[in-house]
Amino acid sequence: MIADPILEVEGLRTVFFTAAGLVRAVEDVSFTLRRGEVLAVVGESGCGKSITALSLMRLVPTPPGRIVAGTVKLAGRDLLAISEAEMRDVRGNAMSMIFQEPMTSLNPVLTIGDQIAETVRLHRKVTRAQAWDRAVEMLRLVRIPEPAQRAREYPHQLSGGMRQRAMIAIALACDPQVLIADEPTTALDVTIQAQILDLILQLQRETGTSVLLITHDLGVVAETAQRVVVMYAGRKIEEATVEDLFEFPLHPYTNGLLGSIPHLAAISGAVAERLQEIPGMVPALSNLPAGCAFAARCARADDKCNDVPPLVELRPDHIVACWHAGATP
Amino acid sequence: MAETYSRELHRAGADATSRLARFRLLLRRYPLGAAGAFILVVFVLAAIFADAITLLDPLKTNAPEKLLRPGGGHWFGSDVMGRDIYSRIIYGARISLAVSLGATAIGSLLGVAIGLASGYLGGNFDLFVQRIMDILQALPLLVLALVTSAALGPSLQNTIIAIAIPMIPASARVIRANTLSLREAAYIEAAQIQGMSEWRIALRHILPNTVAPLIVLATAQLGSAILTEASLSFLGLGVPEPAPSWGRMLSDSAAEYMRTAPWLVIFPGAAISLMVFGTNLLGDALRDILDPRQRG
Repeated sequence: MIADPILEVEGLRTVFFTAAGLVRAVEDVSFTLRRGEVLAVVGESGCGKSITALSLMRLVPTPPGRIVAGTVKLAGRDLLAISEAEMRDVRGNAMSMIFQEPMTSLNPVLTIGDQIAETVRLHRKVTRAQAWDRAVEMLRLVRIPEPAQRAREYPHQLSGGMRQRAMIAIALACDPQVLIADEPTTALDVTIQAQILDLILQLQRETGTSVLLITHDLGVVAETAQRVVVMYAGRKIEEATVEDLFEFPLHPYTNGLLGSIPHLAAISGAVAERLQEIPGMVPALSNLPAGCAFAARCARADDKCNDVPPLVELRPDHIVACWHAGATP
Repeated sequence: MAETYSRELHRAGADATSRLARFRLLLRRYPLGAAGAFILVVFVLAAIFADAITLLDPLKTNAPEKLLRPGGGHWFGSDVMGRDIYSRIIYGARISLAVSLGATAIGSLLGVAIGLASGYLGGNFDLFVQRIMDILQALPLLVLALVTSAALGPSLQNTIIAIAIPMIPASARVIRANTLSLREAAYIEAAQIQGMSEWRIALRHILPNTVAPLIVLATAQLGSAILTEASLSFLGLGVPEPAPSWGRMLSDSAAEYMRTAPWLVIFPGAAISLMVFGTNLLGDALRDILDPRQRG
């Protein structure tokens, strides 16, 4: 049941020109988001996943950043080739985004309803009253109780979870084809996290929107996504279905990530298991080693790793960039 | 304070949302602000109904009745030309209000436009505009107003312009500083993500968030506009004779009659102080009230 692609990213390369030198934040990243699917992009802080998201929206702060290569095709149209005005019409309309800070992502001086209605009026030819009705409907859709009343309230009157719901309402108000969720639950309480994830999934099924979920939390990935892209130091290093990735992680970095998740048995003391850590640190993006960026932290590394490993499809639908993929360290 | 306001609003009962209840609550929460508003309202009403509440023409000289003490026919006494000081104070409120409101409105409007553009566009435009603001601000308000008003010639309109121009940099600075920090706010990024144009973001999302500091500044400027007008008139450059300007009333009498006829100085001085005091009280309260986090 391979659906047709809605978002195709090909050879995306985003760099920052900084005082410390050229920072390759996103280096030759390609992936495809299929219609109606949830694709997770996983990686540590600073691995380029958020910059990837901003690049898709063409909102990389320029200067110092710039998208220097690649194509981003939304339903066949290359977003990197259209004008800024056309791109504005895509944002919040065909493709929208929610991000980490629900506490500060809403304008404090406008009511929730106003902010949703504004986006609707921006992209749809509707009257003020129709836009307001849509806003209330969206609040109902994201399961905010008493939506008509809440719409007239200001952001400070809502809790963090409520605000993230409101952000989701804004993002989905124009029925986008693609929703980019950049760490949507990171700033929330664990119980609220689960609610918001459930909500995103339910809405995704109801509306048929494709979701690009950016996260560092493999637990979130396991619960929500169908496929996963693992990023390290600006590059895609592994891509697989969720089942394959958790079952047969091929890249030693992915292996390390999975090993660093605490298991309940270990926590309760039933099994004497130490959490694995990945030794060393993520290399600075301004000063990447010549070969495999992970080599310095990798137990499998040898001379071969002085060359950048290519992405190879080792198993069906399972791509990895490692010279020693799958080998036991 | 924020908490108690909204909580009190709740406690005020079911009709708390009605305008009257809100108004009463505001009076209770901000007694000083209410006092400031009251002072200004009194002056505004006096200015509007000056004809009805004065008996004597403020411009009519009456030599036999010169320098009379307060009381009797002249509540606030009479000046060296026998003009009724009470009438002159009341009619003078018209000039003071026109000058202060006019100058503050023009100065703030231009300042907001410049500050917003400067902060939001940034780059060389910002650099250029800020240097001009530096130049304007290097000169004290009064000196700049003096030069402008001397160049334009004395009239009510020119006085307003002369006071408005030196006010521009202050509001431009405040708005620019605010815009710079707001530009980085997450909700501005969110607005971009929703596909809003730069103009829309600047006017609808940044500007409303700068209103609170602007109000405080504008009310402070209202006060200093009154003072500057008084000073200009004191120096003979403001609103020309025979219009009853508080500043000119002070200047005409300060040196000569301070000892012999102090009411010539006390009443215009008190009027100026009271109006400035009122605007400052109101400004402080408005800053709190206009913050939506403090709205119930």
